[in-house]
Amino acid sequence: MPHSRNIALTVNGERYEREVEVRLMLADFLRHHLGLTGTHLGCEHGVCGACTILLDGRSARSCLLLAVQCDGHDVMTVEGIAPSADALHPLQEAFRDHHGLQCGFCTPGMLTTLIEFLRENPDPTEEEVRIAISGNLCRCTGYQGIVAAALDAAKRMQAAPA
Amino acid sequence: MKPAPFAYTKARSVEHAVELAGRDGEARILAGGQSLIATLNMRLSRPTLLVDINGLDGLDGLALKDGAVEIGALVRHAQAGRSDIIAKNAPLIAKAIPHIGHPAIRNRGTIGGSIAFADPAAELPACLVALGGEVVIAGGRGERTVKADDFFTGLFETELGSDDVLKAIRVPAANAATRIGFAELARRHGDYALVGLAAAARAEGDGLADIRLAYFGVGATPVRARKAEAELARGALDDAVAALADDLDPPDDVQETGAVKRHLAGVLLRRVAKQLMEGRQ
Repeated sequence: MPHSRNIALTVNGERYEREVEVRLMLADFLRHHLGLTGTHLGCEHGVCGACTILLDGRSARSCLLLAVQCDGHDVMTVEGIAPSADALHPLQEAFRDHHGLQCGFCTPGMLTTLIEFLRENPDPTEEEVRIAISGNLCRCTGYQGIVAAALDAAKRMQAAPA
Repeated sequence: MKPAPFAYTKARSVEHAVELAGRDGEARILAGGQSLIATLNMRLSRPTLLVDINGLDGLDGLALKDGAVEIGALVRHAQAGRSDIIAKNAPLIAKAIPHIGHPAIRNRGTIGGSIAFADPAAELPACLVALGGEVVIAGGRGERTVKADDFFTGLFETELGSDDVLKAIRVPAANAATRIGFAELARRHGDYALVGLAAAARAEGDGLADIRLAYFGVGATPVRARKAEAELARGALDDAVAALADDLDPPDDVQETGAVKRHLAGVLLRRVAKQLMEGRQ
């Protein structure tokens, strides 16, 4: 492979070593090399927010990150949010209960964005939630269910901290 | 796989980055990548070499030095937004940062990248101009400093040459007499502004002196509204708004006509003038 590199990184707690082309984006690496198709790609230039993941605990667009830049780093995707295969994270439960998704395309990015936001703002106002998800486009819900879910998740997470 | 093929090297030092960039005329420096990688994905940009400066020592510092705040090129927007040094000594930058993109963008995007990319609708280039700051550049012929007023030379064009690496920006530290104002109008929170205004001044007697009004989204670079500055220094707000007709000539773009932008520039001037005066003791 021309211009390729070996990288080693942790994704959702699991260590991976792969040879990748240097021009490969993290989003494509996750989806096509690791089979983690929960991370969605919409606009592929940083606007829609669907591909948002957590890099070393902080939200980032995986369409604007080269896989080689993540060498030695820790990535969390939507697949890593639930505590186990048969349980949902309180944020996911709140999305289900408040109809925070319809087609589900934006949901992975909404969840990863809100995981970071609620960690730093455990008791947010509705306006703060709306600004927090302003970089995540949803074309189904009109955002009402998503905002309600985020506010309810904040309450659930405060009542039962992880 | 969207971008055209390129070679990728992680620079070992600023000098190494300068050397790599100089060796290959089509090299680009990769910092936060929040603009560069989008242009690669769309193949608007096809560099042959990316020189990754992430992780280099000495570029992510944030310090108060000799009456100036020095911000390393690799300081992320989010890091600057959380910094007490910035909040206290560069309040204009602190006020502008929440308007830049979204949290995920601010986690990666860098101060140096915003200045070097020089998007005419971006917040930080205008803040740098309003504050009368300067840019520290490492190049093939050594280090040099360029004043903000001279740095932005055209649409996405700056004083940076092909083998230059932006190391840091410096802005004068705020003191008790410093007054700042910032406002922008955008269709949605986090979008590039239709029109924005970053302003700094010094309180003097009942009025303001050394007023610097830097508009963004109204031309190829941040634009100083010098006649409006002079009118505002006389305390004549209505005349200052009227003077914008001479100061600004915003071109039509996909979002708005130039006439609407000029009107909005006046609306912002009234808001920002209020902020500048309210900050007075």
